[in-house]
Amino acid sequence: MVDYLIRRVLLVVPTLVVVSILAFLVMEAPPGDFVTTYIAGQATLGVQVGGIEVEEQLREIWGLDKPLHIRYLRWIGNLLRGELGYSLFWQAPVKEIIASRFILSMVIPAVATGFVWIVAFPIGIYSATHQYSVSDTMLTLVGFLGLSIPNFLLALVLIYLGNTYLGISVGGLFSTQYLRAAWSVGKVIDFLKHLWIPIVVVGTAGTAGLIRIIRANLLDEIGKSYVEMARSKGLSEPRLIFKYPVRIAISPFISSIGWVLPGMISGEVIVSVVLGLPTAGPIFLRALRMQDMQLAGAYIMLISVFTIVGVFLSDILLVIVDPRIRYT
Amino acid sequence: MEQGLHSASQSRLVWRKFKKSRVAVGSAIVIVVFYLMAAFAEFVAPYDPAARDMIHPSAPPMMVRMVADGRVQMPFVYGLEKDTGTFARRYVVDKSRKYPFALFVRGDRYRMWGVVASDLHLFGTPHDTRIYLFGTDKDGRDLLSRIIYGARLSLSIGFFGVAISFSIGIVLGSISGYFGGVVDMIIQRFIEILSSIPTLPLWMGLSASLPLRWSVIEVFFSISVILSLLGWPEMARVVRGKFLALRSEDFIVSARLDGVKTSGLMFRHMLPLFFSHIIAAATLAVPGMILAETSLSFLGIGLRTPAISWGVLLQAAQNTETVASAPWLFIPGLFVVVAVLGFNFFGDGLRDAADPYK
Repeated sequence: MVDYLIRRVLLVVPTLVVVSILAFLVMEAPPGDFVTTYIAGQATLGVQVGGIEVEEQLREIWGLDKPLHIRYLRWIGNLLRGELGYSLFWQAPVKEIIASRFILSMVIPAVATGFVWIVAFPIGIYSATHQYSVSDTMLTLVGFLGLSIPNFLLALVLIYLGNTYLGISVGGLFSTQYLRAAWSVGKVIDFLKHLWIPIVVVGTAGTAGLIRIIRANLLDEIGKSYVEMARSKGLSEPRLIFKYPVRIAISPFISSIGWVLPGMISGEVIVSVVLGLPTAGPIFLRALRMQDMQLAGAYIMLISVFTIVGVFLSDILLVIVDPRIRYT
Repeated sequence: MEQGLHSASQSRLVWRKFKKSRVAVGSAIVIVVFYLMAAFAEFVAPYDPAARDMIHPSAPPMMVRMVADGRVQMPFVYGLEKDTGTFARRYVVDKSRKYPFALFVRGDRYRMWGVVASDLHLFGTPHDTRIYLFGTDKDGRDLLSRIIYGARLSLSIGFFGVAISFSIGIVLGSISGYFGGVVDMIIQRFIEILSSIPTLPLWMGLSASLPLRWSVIEVFFSISVILSLLGWPEMARVVRGKFLALRSEDFIVSARLDGVKTSGLMFRHMLPLFFSHIIAAATLAVPGMILAETSLSFLGIGLRTPAISWGVLLQAAQNTETVASAPWLFIPGLFVVVAVLGFNFFGDGLRDAADPYK
């Protein structure tokens, strides 16, 4: 167990390094550097910062005259000290802009992952135990549809249906009266009322995928002779299913968080943009459009760290549930 | 018959099994039709996708009817008249004007693939008016024509993207699976690292940093590359698993002892054995690419106008008011869903057919 933990922790480190390099490259990719963008930004505000000397000075202050790898190391060093950089578009430190929104950006995928599990688990078992029944076929069909509809399209269709047929405005996470209010019981209830739509939208594809996985795994197990043996002993059907094959089929289910969570996070970005949620997703998109790269790079880094930690935790959980894994 | 079965080649066996799944065959037909439509877009689309009809912006889809005055007739559409009673852009059906629906009509001029000049279109109306089966956008451009042209980029991006991740996946997967040991360890860890990164934010970051002055073609290829950058691990996993399983088979060991070179062993004796599996995996990877392109373009950081793709078209459906007053702008999304469903069912059918144990 300890061995496995150490190995698993050791894998997290290079993952973070690769992610940070990718995020840094995204940051550095647009033409021109921070100084030229900064000067252009100041000019639109009416402040003239000009002259080659000023540019050179600024480059020196921000260390932009140094080669790429030194700049990368500086950036990483700042990140480790909690300095996320400075947003040119907002004229404020990235930390201030992202902090409050980022929590919501983590809540939605986390809750959605829980939703996916809770929904997919019983449906998957039902589908497997009722293979080829009418309801199984229907569920499979709905599942395939869920896999094929892009997240944003589902969100748009929900907005449209809500608008046209129910007369409600779908979108946002709070009603107007709670928008600026402090947290209270009323606000929490209001929040939960709004939360379910992004959760369902983000979770659809994952749910569909998981149902197929648990169904296939359980079907593999149900066909085996030990199940037949247990049945011949006279064990009741529900007990039989839950006691043996489900416990084996559950393992790939738990490890699926490794791909479910990144998917949920990707989904959250685009769904937040469409539904206008106050998360970090729309801010990230705007940062990309405005070439506000320090903000964009910090966002990619943070969201990846969150994913990697989530996946790491699921792996630990998996080892606790399934002792076979430690030895492989 | 039985005799034929014994000597049938692998591809024939796969084909025999594939034919049995009606859903898979149906999906294959849909996909072929989509690709044909994309290839001959100039001919299939009734109008030039960029042509603007200033008189009919945001026109709703016209219904093709076959019954008038209580009699069944050849298909036709009624004309559209602007509702002059209100200032809102609304249209009413004008039953006094009838336009017959016809095949092979002359219309907008085009050069197919930049070579064949013609003005022949698959369908339209011989009258000097335009029919909009899927309505028009706010600039009065025919949505159906734009969807048909959009199929070109939307359907080929999956193809190019998969071709690239396919190549990387086969090379790294086969090295990893065949040699094992430290190389395998490194490649596997690398795959694990890549697959724990949330793809969309990274794709967004990379594709947003493509220079704005780049041409449609340059952006198209760059986005294919970006998408396949994080798409190859799945392919590598499939290939590796197969190589690992085959490595210790008797016939491979004996071939090795016979002095067959490693490359020959891998690509002549092992790879062809599970090529159908790889094809199935590749087919199943296409939908992800199509969805990714659609999402990126929808967000405005993928393909950009004047390029036409389904994602670009869906950008028009981005805001709530437009969608409420012009729900037909969702139609490109329907095409995305059908294409993705088609590839999923087709790929599933292929995978089942390629599996010798089923």
